[in-house]
Amino acid sequence: MSLNNLLERNKDDIVKQWLVSVIDTYPADTSKFIKNQKDPFANPVGNTLSVNLGPLFDELLNEMDYKAITSYLDPILRVRAVQPILSSSQSIGFIFLLKKAIRRSLKKELSDKNILKELLHFESKIDELTLIAFDVYLKCREQIYEIKSNEVRNRTFRAFERAGLLTEISAEEPSL
Amino acid sequence: MTEFKGLPTSDEYFSKIDFKPPKTGWMDTPTVIRDGMYCFPAKPKSVKTLDLPFPREWVPSDDDWKLPENWKEIILEGMKDRLERFRTFKVFMDICVRCGACADKCHFFIGTGDPKNMPVVRAELLRSVYRNDFTKAGKILGKIAGARELTVDVLKEWWYYFFQCSECRRCSVFCPYGIDMAEITIMGRELLNLVGLNIEWIGAPVAFCYKTGNHMGIQPHAFKDMMDFFTDEIEEVTGVRVEPQFNKKGADILFITPSGDIFGDPGTYTTMGYMLLHHYLKVKYGLDITWSTYASEGGNFGLFTSNEVMKRLNAKMYAEAKRLGVKWILGGECGHMWRVVNQYMATMNGPADFLEEPVNPITGTKFENAKDTKMVHIVEFTADLIKHGKLDLDPSRNDNLKVTFHDSCNPARGMGMFDEPRYIIKKVCKHFYDMPRNCIREQTFCCGSGSGLNASEDMELRLAGGLPRANAVKYVQEKHGVNMLSCICAIDRAVFPPLMEYWVPEVDVTGIHELVCNALIIPGEKEKTVNLRGEDIPNKDEMDPDEYFTRPDFPGR
Repeated sequence: MSLNNLLERNKDDIVKQWLVSVIDTYPADTSKFIKNQKDPFANPVGNTLSVNLGPLFDELLNEMDYKAITSYLDPILRVRAVQPILSSSQSIGFIFLLKKAIRRSLKKELSDKNILKELLHFESKIDELTLIAFDVYLKCREQIYEIKSNEVRNRTFRAFERAGLLTEISAEEPSL
Repeated sequence: MTEFKGLPTSDEYFSKIDFKPPKTGWMDTPTVIRDGMYCFPAKPKSVKTLDLPFPREWVPSDDDWKLPENWKEIILEGMKDRLERFRTFKVFMDICVRCGACADKCHFFIGTGDPKNMPVVRAELLRSVYRNDFTKAGKILGKIAGARELTVDVLKEWWYYFFQCSECRRCSVFCPYGIDMAEITIMGRELLNLVGLNIEWIGAPVAFCYKTGNHMGIQPHAFKDMMDFFTDEIEEVTGVRVEPQFNKKGADILFITPSGDIFGDPGTYTTMGYMLLHHYLKVKYGLDITWSTYASEGGNFGLFTSNEVMKRLNAKMYAEAKRLGVKWILGGECGHMWRVVNQYMATMNGPADFLEEPVNPITGTKFENAKDTKMVHIVEFTADLIKHGKLDLDPSRNDNLKVTFHDSCNPARGMGMFDEPRYIIKKVCKHFYDMPRNCIREQTFCCGSGSGLNASEDMELRLAGGLPRANAVKYVQEKHGVNMLSCICAIDRAVFPPLMEYWVPEVDVTGIHELVCNALIIPGEKEKTVNLRGEDIPNKDEMDPDEYFTRPDFPGR
């Protein structure tokens, strides 16, 4: 049996382990809440993770489509980007926790050299996923700074405008 | 993992990154002050203007906050004084059994994932010191009884977390004892103010409001200039020249609204909505409403400073109503203004016995709920007008909008206003979709920027705190195609646009009176092709003829 088949067969277990270890990157009281609260509106962080990790794993099993991957990573990283309780490396590093979940789940099967070889290949896919995550995370952070600076700029602009210090360029040419 | 024989474990790849959060309890986990989570400290000038103590320059990321030498004595004295003066404070310090019902109800906890944002822990920050210095059990048993000594680090923790609470009171809804967490934050902030620990985003508006009459420090002539500008805009769109009145003695009603809606989009469109409604009521029914360029602020950031400052700012509105000799006050769409008026005014600056008990002169409705304060919420006022058929409305002008409604925390939880705004929206728009039940009405999620936290430097805090609200908006966007988030609070209108931009792009923000005036048929208006925002009004001719035929404004009906 190929590694891909094994991964597919054990998908539920692996994704579950991955999810739990990602949630455990939060302090104990928080992770308890995220794990137990099933209402998506009362627990958007947990819901975002549980909805998107599975499809991300599917992408790794198949042809990794950049656009699809981005669409699953974005909601997760959008949340982590506004949580200063996590450092940047912690925000993105949750992806590496998948390696741990796979190795744990397929402990026995990985004693087979061929499977181990395939794992090395698969893990480089996970590394690639991490690089994509870096793109997505940085885009979120850039957007936050953009929103911040736009707010300040608009405020200043409006203040000048109100004080009558700005005039619009007239559409008509002045007569010479 | 020896089974891999020579293969490094995945943990070793990132051994420098610690994925394990601290295992310590909250009391033993040191607080780290992180950028993006706090607002800049108040400038000495703002603090001085208000005669508040210890104005100075200080930096939150510095070790030395330049505290007065006897800071501890001041805080503990302040606590003692407040425990005696405010029965609620004493009760809230004593009765919590730490059941945890509130713990996961806070938008800041849900969004940031920081356990110290659980309301119960936030209250414990203060309660632990209360136990240590004011209870026998705490004095004897110390930490076992949940007590701890007040240190500089504890004080810093207070400042960091009491300015990560928006006083929205969602947690209080779930507390079996009805502990009002906002009141604990209010006390926490009051105590911090005693040693000069404030934030500029509150300090400056309060100082401006005290000196000039509004948060922005806009002087009367500039205020009028802005209204003139709106008057031109309105004329361009509707062909109607409105004539707002200012400081008119003997007018029927004084209208007061937050200045944020006069100087910031999209609130400006709500202001234009008020102006059109006032005009309509004057032309149709002879109602005489005046604005004031002195009491030109409904918001009261004093609520976020101290009881005394809140009282000072609130007094202005009533002093102006008295000076002008109006019958009663009509208040605009504002959040915490209504908290102050509805919950504190009557015993703070009341009774306002120089004003009349508010009656809508057009419908005869008595606003008995405003008997004490003599101030009526414009949403109640407008709902009453619509209910009595006093407004000519064409809801099809809002056909391009699929609207949802955010219950702004203070009107919702602070005065129980749930149905009136929905009633109005349904009368002026055809497409309205509520968000899920546990995100609206008394359980509404805060915008994440209330109680003076709507600065720019704390954007991460705002975006994280606004996540639960945005998440619910996203749901109705995906399910029903909602493209407009309506609300009845000026801070909401200022902070939702960036929140939506980050979490739910393509959803715009509006006040209810903008929607009302899109639909309002004003005597003498020209054929409107665009709304107040300059956007095209849906063309009737392009509509399904069957639908057009059944509408009340179908010609000949």
